[in-house]
Amino acid sequence: MSKEMTGASKEMTGAEMVIEALADQGVEHIFGYPGGAVLPIYDALFQQSNRLQHVLVRHEQGAVHAAEGYARSTGKVGCVLVTSGPGATNAVTGLTDAFCDSIPIVCITGQVPTHLIGNDAFQECDTVGITRPCTKYNYLVKNIADLPGVLHEAFHIAKSGRPGPVVVDIPKDIQFAKGAYSKPKENAHKGYKPKLKGDHDRIKAAIEMMRHAKRPLFYTGGGIINSGPEASTLLRELVKLTGFPITSTLMGLGAFPASDPKWLGMLGMHGTWEANWAMHDCDLMICIGARFDDRITGRLDAFAPHSRKIHVDIDPSSINKNVKVDLPIIGDCAHVLEDMVQLWRAGSVTTDKKALADWWKQIDKWRARKSLAYKNSKEIIKPQYAIQRLYELTKGREVYITTEVGQHQMWAAQFFHFDEPNRWMTSGGLGTMGYGLPSAVGVQLAHPDALVIDIAGEASVQMTMQEMSTAVQYRLPIKIFIINNQYMGMVRQWQELLHGGRYAESYSHSLPDFVKLAEAYQAVGIRCDKPGELDAAIKEMINIRKPVIFDCVVDPAENCFPMIPSGRAHNEMLLGGAAESIDEAITEEGKVMV
Amino acid sequence: MANASTSHYPAAPAAQGIESHTLCVLVDNEPGVLARVIGLFSGRGYNIDSLTVSETEHEKHLSRITIVTGGTPMVIEQIKNQLERLVPIHRVVDMTVSGPAIQRELAMVKVRGKGDNRVEALRLADAFRARVIDAGTESFVFEITGASDKIESFIALMLPLGLVEVSRTGIVAIQRGPDGM
Repeated sequence: MSKEMTGASKEMTGAEMVIEALADQGVEHIFGYPGGAVLPIYDALFQQSNRLQHVLVRHEQGAVHAAEGYARSTGKVGCVLVTSGPGATNAVTGLTDAFCDSIPIVCITGQVPTHLIGNDAFQECDTVGITRPCTKYNYLVKNIADLPGVLHEAFHIAKSGRPGPVVVDIPKDIQFAKGAYSKPKENAHKGYKPKLKGDHDRIKAAIEMMRHAKRPLFYTGGGIINSGPEASTLLRELVKLTGFPITSTLMGLGAFPASDPKWLGMLGMHGTWEANWAMHDCDLMICIGARFDDRITGRLDAFAPHSRKIHVDIDPSSINKNVKVDLPIIGDCAHVLEDMVQLWRAGSVTTDKKALADWWKQIDKWRARKSLAYKNSKEIIKPQYAIQRLYELTKGREVYITTEVGQHQMWAAQFFHFDEPNRWMTSGGLGTMGYGLPSAVGVQLAHPDALVIDIAGEASVQMTMQEMSTAVQYRLPIKIFIINNQYMGMVRQWQELLHGGRYAESYSHSLPDFVKLAEAYQAVGIRCDKPGELDAAIKEMINIRKPVIFDCVVDPAENCFPMIPSGRAHNEMLLGGAAESIDEAITEEGKVMV
Repeated sequence: MANASTSHYPAAPAAQGIESHTLCVLVDNEPGVLARVIGLFSGRGYNIDSLTVSETEHEKHLSRITIVTGGTPMVIEQIKNQLERLVPIHRVVDMTVSGPAIQRELAMVKVRGKGDNRVEALRLADAFRARVIDAGTESFVFEITGASDKIESFIALMLPLGLVEVSRTGIVAIQRGPDGM
């Protein structure tokens, strides 16, 4: 193989460089699918000495989602290897998903030989052109001398700053070409230098605003998770020091423990009554690592109308994009939180205790509405009940949850509670049905002894069902917990509420027998349709050390509440029938709205 | 237009005043960099009113892109931030707000005509300090530089005199004073 040359660099082929660079970057697992234009790299993989484990997926979209799950649950960069043309285009959904949710991914794509680029060659597509808008950065490597530097830089860009997917497109002749490999250097990209440290004066100003706040609220997001576990620790500390209430976006669940009394639950379209009302009525919003997405803000002109806003984000383009803020702080969450905690401590800052006590009293009134309440049944499993039982019966274990997209995802966010970061993997920004199953594959690979559950819908899960085969092949005992209501539930809910109950194409006709399907994959199938048998069935699932598909047959008519209806504000939420009726806990204004 | 109550997206914000801004963008001159910039504009629904690109520092492989764009103040801020987020972009300077700046454009204007029209075209060209860079018995090509509105007026005057075609560079801009961007 490679010969030692004078100095640090070794002579090797482009394909060998890929393996070498991945190993040097600390990659242990790579998700991929072979094809003509990446055969030299697969050959090098075959000949390497177990430094890298390749996981063969069944579709390239699955490879990227698996890498996302891997990355999200470990904080490392997820790695993908696919071929040119359809290999690359199939990966696009996953790349876009990772781009929306800021997940660090390096995706290596094969390309036709350089002399054929632009000739409409077999399995050629303009990979860098297609992936330009859905990656943080991408490269087409046309010169072997550039390859090692590009590979190392790709990892640097993927994981630093606001993380994201990076594509490295390598033509087949470059994979064969020989050149000198160089080790990663302290990366100094000429122009790309993300700012980590927040401006000190602004952080001071933020502390000043916080100490005078009468109705403050932390609104946190996925940026805390991306920033690493220290950010979560510091956030907990800051919340403890200040005594302020905290809510989070879908992507930020777990950064703050759901078991803490300061936790108001998730906010936004299907957030809790107390979180959304607190957002609406707060006088100081401290947004850390969230981006004022439209699922969060609802109607913009009525969004938190009486509040001043502090926004901490590593990406300047997130500032003032949807909502004008009073005090932007550009920097990494952990760095800024560290400064905030330090300043708070050093200045022994005191808050307006009286006002805070009143604020908490108000919040408790909102909490008393029990906005997540639902009418349970003895005859039919309610989806909320299923997730509640799943949570209760898995408590105390090392649990990782992935989801697909739709009602089940929102119920999982509402009823499964997280006390640690990196335990919750979901497709937030792009809303990709089919994310959960392959993502669980990636999570389980990274955490072989953990209990990894994909809370799924029967419609979503069929989009990437073939990855069951991957789970079985690599003995990954993932649990696919299907909330089977025979509908694309969220679509049906919107059709019911907004389109006169005309359920166009949202019924899941001709569903497979999921138990038999599991068995066909040599996995285990469990079906449960009676509330009384649910606990035993879930326990059975937990104890099986093999992949399981759990077909949980639930009430097909259940809707996901609470809900901010389209184009409405946070104080115009709808509640489900079982929530506590209006009482003194609600303001006069609220009475008119509900 | 979709009724807000039947969409699960918030309604469009009320229309606000559109401002025109000239941005100078310093980028690595690498393959695809222009595609990244214009892809950002089309992908996010921003306008490009004028675009000029050329390598300006050969040793460092840096190109300068001058973009004239329009939007609300919030959108203009977004455009700057989104541009700065692109990896090969070094700096973005908004020439419209960063202090006094000079903006110029070059146009080549072809006019065809005989007799009085021809004499008139030449006289106007002289008044606008446009140079004749090609002349035949039936036509002229004028070269004119200046602010865009000056070029617009010149073209408008040439129209009745036999304007054939116009080629324009788009706007380039530089700040006044001793400091560089």
